[in-house]
Amino acid sequence: MYKEKLKFVIVGHVDHGKSTLIGRLFFDTNSLPAEKIAEIEKISKELGRDVEFAFMMDHLQEERDQGITIDTAQAFFHTDKRDYVIIDAPGHVEFTKNMITGASQAEAAVLIVDVAEGVREQTRRHAYLLSMLGIKQIAVVINKMDRVKFSKQRFEEVTDDVLKFCDSIGIKPMQILPISAKEGDNVATRSSHMDWHAGATFLEMLDKFTVPSKPADKPMRFPIQDVYKIGDKRILVGRVESGTICRGQDVVFLPSASRSKIQSIEQFMKPPLKSASAGESIGVTLENSLFVERGQIACAADSQPQITDSFKASLFWMSRQPMTADEKLLIKCATQEIAIKGCKIHRRIDSSSLEIIEEEAAELRNNEIAELTITTKAPIVVERFYDFPELGRFVAVRGHDIVAGGIITP
Amino acid sequence: MNILDELESKSIYVIREAYAQFKKLALLWSIGKDSTTLLWLARKAFFGKLPFPLLHIDTSYKFPEIYDFRDKYSKEFGLRLIISQNEEALAAGMGPEASDKLACCNALKTQALKMTIAREKFEALLLGIRRDEHGIRAKERYFSPRDSEFKWNYKDQPPELWDQFKSSADDQTHLRVHPLLHWTEIDIWRYIQRENIPVCPLYFAKNGKRYRSIGCHTCCGPIDSQADTIDKIVEELETTTTAERAGRAQDKESAYTMQKLRALGYM
Ligand SMILES: Nc1nc2c(ncn2[C@@H]2O[C@H](COP(=O)(O)OP(=O)(O)OP(=O)(O)O)[C@@H](O)[C@H]2O)c(=O)[nH]1
Ligand SMILES: [Mg+2]
Repeated sequence: MYKEKLKFVIVGHVDHGKSTLIGRLFFDTNSLPAEKIAEIEKISKELGRDVEFAFMMDHLQEERDQGITIDTAQAFFHTDKRDYVIIDAPGHVEFTKNMITGASQAEAAVLIVDVAEGVREQTRRHAYLLSMLGIKQIAVVINKMDRVKFSKQRFEEVTDDVLKFCDSIGIKPMQILPISAKEGDNVATRSSHMDWHAGATFLEMLDKFTVPSKPADKPMRFPIQDVYKIGDKRILVGRVESGTICRGQDVVFLPSASRSKIQSIEQFMKPPLKSASAGESIGVTLENSLFVERGQIACAADSQPQITDSFKASLFWMSRQPMTADEKLLIKCATQEIAIKGCKIHRRIDSSSLEIIEEEAAELRNNEIAELTITTKAPIVVERFYDFPELGRFVAVRGHDIVAGGIITP
Repeated sequence: MNILDELESKSIYVIREAYAQFKKLALLWSIGKDSTTLLWLARKAFFGKLPFPLLHIDTSYKFPEIYDFRDKYSKEFGLRLIISQNEEALAAGMGPEASDKLACCNALKTQALKMTIAREKFEALLLGIRRDEHGIRAKERYFSPRDSEFKWNYKDQPPELWDQFKSSADDQTHLRVHPLLHWTEIDIWRYIQRENIPVCPLYFAKNGKRYRSIGCHTCCGPIDSQADTIDKIVEELETTTTAERAGRAQDKESAYTMQKLRALGYM
């Protein structure tokens, strides 16, 4: 009855046309209400510009006045095949944390490159961040083809650069498409200016992404979010992050390693469930009266993750105030919150050029990557990101603020 | 899991995260379809026993149907309900006719809410806003900090990734938590349809008109519609090309009214 849904993000260097592409897609598929179109036309005119399709996404006055996206936004779109959530990300380096906020919610990505400018600083940084976020389906669009008179040669030069760079960080673009977001070429309809290109339109390309399936067949992991006392029941609530949890299942709570059996999977005003799978927010009761609290991870007793107080990670720093290696940060991984005792920063890396800035560093600055070893004050349950993203990724918190995102590496 | 199950699961996760962090929490119930859906999800999240109160900011200009609906279901669901008014402003004659609409919204909604938060010492509020309602709302976070003046610092919002959200506020701020951010209008109606959630009768067409968005009777206009059942509303929304808030006066005054209102803490 309902169509499937896919969330994808558009990333790339500042001004390469991310927001314009989204706006154009909506215009050319008649997906915008008339009053929205009128508003965009009116504001563009007041600013003395052609219709700025980017204004569909760029809604803050500051964004429109300056022609730049400040914060990520999401729009809802649909084709006959499925529903889409389109996430617009800001290209400016200053707003990289907003790009990460947007991109971390995506299941696929479109990397956009201005054909006249080619691969730039933020093209590379964004591409790297996509790989760090674990986004595997990536399409490339080469934009502003109108600025190079739809030249096949220029398209091929830029494509070559993009592919070389993607290859160096392990990204395999599934498609590369020449477009003009502003003029609408190859956005919703085929361009008559690029007969040399036989591929699809942007609109058709979207339907070639696939919706990733939930990790229901992996070992069961159920991080405890909270424990509620409802009547005479103690209900452990949380979301199944992987696998399937079943009534009667033997589970072990980590890191304490205490054991129990699932007595029931509770629902409000509905009969209890027999089982629940990855993605479901549920509540369970146990057969014995074990003490359990937020931050423990219920796992299938026959397949358990690693418990450690020291692990290797890649960390992306996103605060203007640098991190120091001995700083007392907090880690949040699923529902676990664990204090850091100290870090050894093996390498400081420029997140755009991916060059090593310094080995054995004492600090890490805004928009830099660290390869580091983190030691925690208490044991933490982790998995390697590439095997088990749900327990292989974490944020670092300073005071009340998230200041870094990290993934656990071998 | 189908699409509605996924939407529901994410919202319940966010609601439970909010309560895990903030014990001084309230759910802002405007009695409209969104906050009523939010209430439904919160009841599911806590197995029917809401551990925090609902808050109704009453401008006194709401439709009578809204008051009836509020009183009926707060009793039926056994809810703890706080009703707040800016009595001073009302006594001084504040209303949409007495002043411009922005000032009225500010006095009767935003100020009333400020006074209530200060009095009840709420650390966080659950709100039923959605990204598809407005271009400004498309930029919201799930957990959004406000300062004591209620200012929304939209130029420097906190990062949010992998369902890790901004943590506890200090004394100066409260957090707005938005568990329905990822829903669309039609998602809400499909969910209401599936779950049989009671909604205010103003949403159903009478004599060829219905409300798509409800609030104060002074500032909301009905749309032309024959949709007098939930099924027909879903059907109508599958084909409509007009915006949900087209009947709302506040959104029309200028392109940036909504941005200004939100920056000032309007909900
Ligand atoms: N000639 C030409 N101009 C374009 C094209 N696409 C976008 N532009 C223009 O490029 C400028 C930047 O476009 P945006 O869509 O705002 O770029 P962006 O990538 O969203 O920028 P940020 O979000 O700030 O990183 C605008 O003035 C657009 O009109 C195109 O295909 N051809
Ligand atoms: Mg943009």
